[in-house]
Amino acid sequence: MRELIIEADRMNLPEVQTFIDEQLEEAGCPMLTQTTIDIAVEELFVNIASYAYGEENGNAVVQVTVHQEPLAVEITFIDNGKQYDPLAKSDPDITLSAKERKKGGLGIFMVKNTMDNVSYEYKDGKNILTIKKNLN
Amino acid sequence: MALFGKKEKKSASNMSSKSNLDIEVNKNGAEYTFLLNGRLDTITSPDLEAKINEATPDAEKLIFDLSNLEYISSAGLRVLLGATQAMEDKGEMVVRNLTPSVKEVFELTGFSRLFAIE
Repeated sequence: MRELIIEADRMNLPEVQTFIDEQLEEAGCPMLTQTTIDIAVEELFVNIASYAYGEENGNAVVQVTVHQEPLAVEITFIDNGKQYDPLAKSDPDITLSAKERKKGGLGIFMVKNTMDNVSYEYKDGKNILTIKKNLN
Repeated sequence: MALFGKKEKKSASNMSSKSNLDIEVNKNGAEYTFLLNGRLDTITSPDLEAKINEATPDAEKLIFDLSNLEYISSAGLRVLLGATQAMEDKGEMVVRNLTPSVKEVFELTGFSRLFAIE
């Protein structure tokens, strides 16, 4: 398992994605899958950066584990900001017309629909969100 | 020469190429073409939004050429949705040349039905 502890600031997004991409490249992850994972990472990290600590500063912990046979990557995001389960949010209605569509909720919707497993728990004052993606 | 350029770009990948977006705007009367090169994400999408906002008061047609857009997140989708909503009742919006990863995002989120896609 590899871990990155970084200030939950959206400007740190490139650093978080670079950290993830290094592990994915090492694992031989296909390019299109890597982009899909990068998007999920952005949505989750930016969520923490935007909401976890309000006006305060705080850290995000990003943990990456690559599983062999079957090849899969598991990424966990941990923050000790306010309790918030992004998965509880209802999905946007993607059948609406452009005029009727709302701008929110698309990020988590993409995470839920592109990852093979997504889970959330609140434990010891921490939000722990884990995504898993099969690489084959 | 072209090969060298490509190679150089690849070796500079990851950190330096992350979160980079070049936006070229071409105006032809009331028609604006936005040529996007790079990544449309949380960090870069405000730049595009600002350029669209400059164009929309007198635009009748917005064209987004995404042939060199390798990545789009929900932040980028929100900007495109805002653009099409701004053009509602006053013109049209066209999105063209989707790359495979952008196409996948559009299909997943229903965005492929929101605009004319060429």
